[in-house]
Amino acid sequence: MSNPLADMEKPDAILCIGTNMTECHPVAATRLKRAVAKGARLVVADPRRIPLADLAELYLPIRVGSDTALLLAMAHVIAEEGLVDEAFIAERTVGYQTLREHLRQFTPDWAAPICRVSPAHIAKAARIYAGAGRAAIYYTLGITEHICGVDNVQSLCNLALMTGNLGKEGAGINPMRGQNNIQGAGDCGALPVNFPGYQPCDDPEAAARFSQLYGREIAPERGITKVHALDLAAEGRMKAMLICGENTVVSDPDRNHCEHALRNLDHLVVVDLFPNETTALADVVLPATAWGETDGVYTNTERRVQRVRAAVPPQGDARPDWWIVSQLARRLGLAGFDYESAKDVFNELCSVSPTYAGLDWDRIDRGEYQWPVPDKDHPGTPILHRDGFKNGRGRFNMITYRDPAEVVDDEYPVWLTTGRRLEAYHTRTMSGRAAGMDYLLSEESLEVHPDDVATLGLVDGGFARVTSRRGSVVLRVRADDTSPRGTVFCSFSFGDVPVNVLTGGGYDPVTFTAELKVCPVRVEPAEPPA
Amino acid sequence: MTIDGQKVDFAPGETIYEVARRLDRDVPTLCYDPRLEPFGACRLCVVEIEGQARPVASCTTKATAGMVVRTVTDALEAHRRTLLELVISENRDSGDAFGAGTPAHVDPLRGASSQELSTLAARYRVRPGRHAGAHSGHSRRDDDNPFILRDYDLCISCYRCVRVCDEREGDHAIHVGGRGFESRILTEFEGHLADSSCTFCGQCVQTCPTGALADKKALRAVDLPGELTKTRTICPYCGVGCSVDIVTKGDRMVAVQPAFDGPANEGALCVKGQFAWDHVQHDERLRTPLVRGADGVQRPATWDEALDRAADGFRRAAAEHGAKAVYAIASGRAPHESAYTIQKFIRAGFGTNYIDNCSRA
Repeated sequence: MSNPLADMEKPDAILCIGTNMTECHPVAATRLKRAVAKGARLVVADPRRIPLADLAELYLPIRVGSDTALLLAMAHVIAEEGLVDEAFIAERTVGYQTLREHLRQFTPDWAAPICRVSPAHIAKAARIYAGAGRAAIYYTLGITEHICGVDNVQSLCNLALMTGNLGKEGAGINPMRGQNNIQGAGDCGALPVNFPGYQPCDDPEAAARFSQLYGREIAPERGITKVHALDLAAEGRMKAMLICGENTVVSDPDRNHCEHALRNLDHLVVVDLFPNETTALADVVLPATAWGETDGVYTNTERRVQRVRAAVPPQGDARPDWWIVSQLARRLGLAGFDYESAKDVFNELCSVSPTYAGLDWDRIDRGEYQWPVPDKDHPGTPILHRDGFKNGRGRFNMITYRDPAEVVDDEYPVWLTTGRRLEAYHTRTMSGRAAGMDYLLSEESLEVHPDDVATLGLVDGGFARVTSRRGSVVLRVRADDTSPRGTVFCSFSFGDVPVNVLTGGGYDPVTFTAELKVCPVRVEPAEPPA
Repeated sequence: MTIDGQKVDFAPGETIYEVARRLDRDVPTLCYDPRLEPFGACRLCVVEIEGQARPVASCTTKATAGMVVRTVTDALEAHRRTLLELVISENRDSGDAFGAGTPAHVDPLRGASSQELSTLAARYRVRPGRHAGAHSGHSRRDDDNPFILRDYDLCISCYRCVRVCDEREGDHAIHVGGRGFESRILTEFEGHLADSSCTFCGQCVQTCPTGALADKKALRAVDLPGELTKTRTICPYCGVGCSVDIVTKGDRMVAVQPAFDGPANEGALCVKGQFAWDHVQHDERLRTPLVRGADGVQRPATWDEALDRAADGFRRAAAEHGAKAVYAIASGRAPHESAYTIQKFIRAGFGTNYIDNCSRA
């Protein structure tokens, strides 16, 4: 997030797009509700009528995968009606005239049939966002899990740059991170393109520095993403893999392909808390200590670096990940893995990361800092881009609209979109084992608009077979008008409904994030599973 | 203004109570939660203001220039004691909630604020039974949800639960029905929480000052021996990063309570952070390394055996197929120290950037 969570109570206008925040980030959503109660104008764009929609002044039920078209048309209205922040554009950006020319073609009338919302509503959304003194954007995977995820994010950046809604309180571009330490994993350099602290792997200076620090020549070139690595494994060209704390088989797209890839490895080592579908394929399974048993650090979605602490002893012979990996490294004869505590590891990270340079284990005792913290005298950075952009001026991006990788046709006439539910977390490794959670949600179901239930020959409470180009699953049908006609929804949380058998039709060409939010399917009545 | 003889500045809009609290004056309250709009119901926070005939509630009275305030006088303390005795007289004082001889005592497992009434009762040496009369409150033992005990016999009508649900959580799941002695906390249609707009975030439980609303999962550990200990940490679910206290008895994790001073959450949690913690000491946890044998079956192994085997596989893959035959995926769930050592393992061990995390799915 460019802005802190506390800022969520301060905007005059809010655009939520592709975020089911009350279910996926419920505590952050409480701040949003308070902002609305205080008079902030809320625009929600989402294919499903999620709970946030009921709080909104304007709800845009856009077709799955049409976000870029909506955002282009909103930018068109803002440009044509002069709702821009001219001073901000002049002082902080480059390329606005080019953008303005580029946007002329993307009228609300052009976008309306793509998004299936009226041109007037698109224009109204633009006016609410651009007309506010402080306007903030919140988004989640509904923006990124598309073949055009990068285009979507850059379209949001265009809106914020045009209207001067960056680098100030109560504004910004705010992706809500979905996992407790997914921000931290990136901060630590567990990425194929960045060393710790987002230092580019293909920067020869950075590569030289880490080569020296780590005592091994590291080629100054980007690595490959997990998606690519799994493809290579499926082809027999990737041989050994270490997977830590991810139930890859269930959480990743195109499950059959993923399972084949992992089986095809010569050597798979999995570090995890519970036996699961992925540990079942491993040659070696190493038991890790869990949350509550492990000292360490998480960084949250607002870049706040916070300590986690062990409260109970480990179960059995489970060990902290850092210990396990260090033992492995030492067996390979690697130097620099003589850590005695999590503190040692974290302090080393701070010493090699410019974003954490001002931090150490003791300074983050109460979570006081939001990175970057470039030196010990720095107070931290709750709001990014206050005084300027890291790479100079903000650049507008010339985006165009693309259809999803797969679109509905006669054979697969229904849009499937997937997501999360409040009462289950990811593949339920943790939440599914907590007493009482089944009382709230005991099984997965396919959310089908009541008017579609009969049309598709289904029965509310009965079962349906959902088939995509890659596979099929059977699950219970629930009539529910949260999803619009022609679109169905389910989560990937329940092991007996492996919905990612269906997904994986395409990937963003830059990030290789799968288009998990769009998957044309066929929905037919089915017998209950045995 | 002056409080208890001390001159003090105040910000416009600040209440007497807020100023007194800044000065570390220990003014008692029951209906007060600093996150909520002042309510002025419990009357315990009354103070004397020079020139005013009667004490006023400090939580709802704004500070003004020249005001001279006394927070502790014999009259105020007697008034507070009587009020507390009246409050306690309305409540059931037998059964599983109250221990003999300790007025309003409830198990601290009930919730983060559950000791407020009993602490004040002890501080003011209240005499239970000084006022006899009917008991108010109607517990909803019929509500079979697994998380929130609705033990309204202990309710003192401070409405913190209703207000936190409205003002902080924004769920509006409960309201006050009836009047006076007959007022009760209800869901719509007087049903169970599961049939209301309640999301089981637990905020009502954690602000309740008497334990009338209680954490049912925590209460499973009432009979476990040992002192309660709290360890500050961060919730392991989504990326919001809510601060929580893990509550333990001995080596057992028995509850999670929100941290009211948590920068991300200010005392709020959701159903997962509040109630979905018992995977940690679950029977199905992996407790020993496993190594796959020649017959394809995974069997328990020592750490040395497992680590040797794991290291051998990576060494062999790199030797036979090159450094780019090895890949690692770090976790977005584990702490930094996990991700950092894994990326270092790949970079220092194989000289590649063949490392990713689970952010792409």
